[in-house]
Amino acid sequence: MYELLNEKKLTQYYSIQSSPGVKLENEHIQSEEKFAYLDLEEIKNKLLDFSDSGISKIRFFIPAIHCASCIWLLENLHTLHNGVIQSSVNFPKKEVSITFHEEKISLRQLVELLASIHYVPEISGQNLDKNPNRKASNSLLIKIGIAGFSFLNAMLYHFPQYLPGSENLESGFRLVFGWLSFVLSLPVLFYCANDYFLSAYKSLKKKIISIDLPIALGLITLFVQSSFELISDQGIGYFDSLTGLVFFLLVGKWYQSITYEALTFERTYKSYFPVAVTKITDNKNTTIPLDELKVGDRILVRNQELIPADATIAKGNASIDYSFVTGESIPVSKNTGDFVFAGGRQMGSAIELLIQKEVEQSYLTQLWNQDQKTDHESKSMSSVINKVSQYFTIVIISIALGAAIYWNFADPSKALFAFTSVLIIACPCALALTIPFTFGSTMRQFGRKGFYLKNSDVIERLYKIKTVVFDKTGTITHSQSTKVDFKGEKLTEEQLQLIKSLVFHSTHPLSKTISNSIKTVHQFEVVNFKEIPSLGITGMVNNQQINIGSKYFVTGDQSGTKELKTQVWISINKKTVGHYQFENNYREGLAETISQLKTRFDLHLISGDNESERENLLPLFHDHAKLNFNQSPTDKLEYVRNLQKNGEAVLMIGDGLNDAGALSESKVGVVIADNIYNFTPACDAILKADQFASLQRFIQFSKTSMKIVWYSFLISFLYNLVGISFAVQGSLSPIIAAILMPLSSVTVVAFASFSVNLSSKNKLRRVYRLKLFKKIA
Amino acid sequence: MSVVFVLIIIGILVASVFLVAFIWAVRSGQFDDSYTPSVRILFDDPVSSKENQGDLQKDKPQEKQSIKS
Repeated sequence: MYELLNEKKLTQYYSIQSSPGVKLENEHIQSEEKFAYLDLEEIKNKLLDFSDSGISKIRFFIPAIHCASCIWLLENLHTLHNGVIQSSVNFPKKEVSITFHEEKISLRQLVELLASIHYVPEISGQNLDKNPNRKASNSLLIKIGIAGFSFLNAMLYHFPQYLPGSENLESGFRLVFGWLSFVLSLPVLFYCANDYFLSAYKSLKKKIISIDLPIALGLITLFVQSSFELISDQGIGYFDSLTGLVFFLLVGKWYQSITYEALTFERTYKSYFPVAVTKITDNKNTTIPLDELKVGDRILVRNQELIPADATIAKGNASIDYSFVTGESIPVSKNTGDFVFAGGRQMGSAIELLIQKEVEQSYLTQLWNQDQKTDHESKSMSSVINKVSQYFTIVIISIALGAAIYWNFADPSKALFAFTSVLIIACPCALALTIPFTFGSTMRQFGRKGFYLKNSDVIERLYKIKTVVFDKTGTITHSQSTKVDFKGEKLTEEQLQLIKSLVFHSTHPLSKTISNSIKTVHQFEVVNFKEIPSLGITGMVNNQQINIGSKYFVTGDQSGTKELKTQVWISINKKTVGHYQFENNYREGLAETISQLKTRFDLHLISGDNESERENLLPLFHDHAKLNFNQSPTDKLEYVRNLQKNGEAVLMIGDGLNDAGALSESKVGVVIADNIYNFTPACDAILKADQFASLQRFIQFSKTSMKIVWYSFLISFLYNLVGISFAVQGSLSPIIAAILMPLSSVTVVAFASFSVNLSSKNKLRRVYRLKLFKKIA
Repeated sequence: MSVVFVLIIIGILVASVFLVAFIWAVRSGQFDDSYTPSVRILFDDPVSSKENQGDLQKDKPQEKQSIKS
């Protein structure tokens, strides 16, 4: 990489940041054919943003972007290749958009260029279906802009009315000011606030009273009352309050809409699978898009490639890493004729597969698709705010009616006014702002500590959690590191050296783990090294015959006592010396986390693995019945479903595709990930693996923010009480509305944001202190 | 007092200009990425202009190469 940069005088790269190029290890081994599919016309057309007369534009998602040097290098792509016209990086999204001449550099060459400087773009089936996400947030910003503009101007025009002596003002002024405000409020009402009307109408159709209904009601009465006052020349109405209200509501919406743009919560199986596969037809290899893959096709899967559909092995010995699927990184060996599931990654030499099921019909994809349908709507509709607003709306309307009836007898001229006044002043602006600001701030705090939520609804669901279900592999254990134990006579220093010398030559993950566990420096020369797929390795080291591998391979013992743990046997000069046993390495702080959680929640464990770890986990979980092993992905889904049928709100923590069903079924699905930009199944939240120990604090804090919400509700009710007391007397004037409404909104917003930040300092910071303390100790 | 009317019209016009500018900025994607430009501005001038400082650069690559190898 350095040479390439040096050639083009881009050495400045190294001086921008002290540790450039230090990034996550790139496992992808380059092969000539890897990006061959990018030459396919149909795939190219789907990927390109724009293409005209040889100039094309494309956006890549590159998870490896991580520092200022990355931005600099990627934006100087044009010096690396003159076919690139311009490139610009969007850092928060980890995206680079590139404009290039198609005659000078093809899409495939461009991707290969990026890969050669170790910025491998992530191209998956999901990129092919573009999402119009960006437009939504843009239109919200524009709405805020317009509402703010109208609000400030309307405030200016209304201000003179509130000063003493305003009745001496020329009537011409009042007229102009009034009509100007009226005109300004039109776009606010019909454009900026249209979402509220729409959603109020929609929920009313479903016979649900949501918070949007009283808002819409309040806005309409405000507008009608103001227009009426203006036309009948009684005053200039409440246009300032109207526009201000909409402005604050939109700002709240915007504050809540914080998203982690580089993180994906809604992945379908498409993002896991390759975009195209290599099909073998009559001694010729062709690249075809994944959608065209059919049952009976023979395909080639190279080292590090994913198996796209359920298939049988037609040729070659497979060693399949199912870590995407199960979280277990130790590969499984399969021989010719064996059945393999989609989602595994081939490690080692290329294999040929015979497709048995179509991509859509494969075991895992089917499971996944089926969950996608179990709707998320029911999850969000039960929110607190909607419950509160149900009562709120009913109470407000009855108060308004009560006031109208009373005045109808006492002073009929005031009846209508009292009715509208109540609706105006009770418009639940402060109420509606509570949730966005409290939860928005909470989300920000969580994000800072490594817990990323999909949206703010998750906080509310988190608060209701009663049961926590863990997946084992990759969730409470490290997915990458395993603990190695030697069983047998204690090995001498020389024997250790012999073993290390041999395993050093093998690329098998188990060999690597053994190699790392042996700390000797000295190594011998190895002759006659042979790696027998799915059995083991053999070779002459220092004139001694060493065999390392499966029990059958090393000892010849075929009886195969049902050993649950992964073992690697060793023999030196045909004499078996013992075996290495691989055990899961539990995450740091697991015991503490579990014991903390145990006091408040019902804990369960479901694992796709065998029972070998039951003994180790029993002291933590205590209850036999809650430890479940040998569970298939469907079993996991059913398990969570059954728990929830009994009325328990379940938090599921998992990591692999096999948890995907359970994750989406559970009330809150949390994915734990070492690298948050890597593949994660669809979920509600992503937890950074090193923050696992603070899980309990996050759940606890969701309760704190719920408390803050209730306090804010209380504040806004108090304001409403004051406001309504004016309104029912029929003495609400525009000035009271103009003071009370923004004041209540601002107080609630300030209270919510400050108290969340303050309590997060107290409650979440302990995480760091504890860590620091541990480091010192 | 009628001068106030003139002022109001001017006020609205000026404010509208800013509103339109804001809408244009949002539409043209200036609010899409609020981080990268802050880094971009700190980079030195385009690489091509650096070539005449070749002397200064010459010993640097060797130094780096030795670190790398």
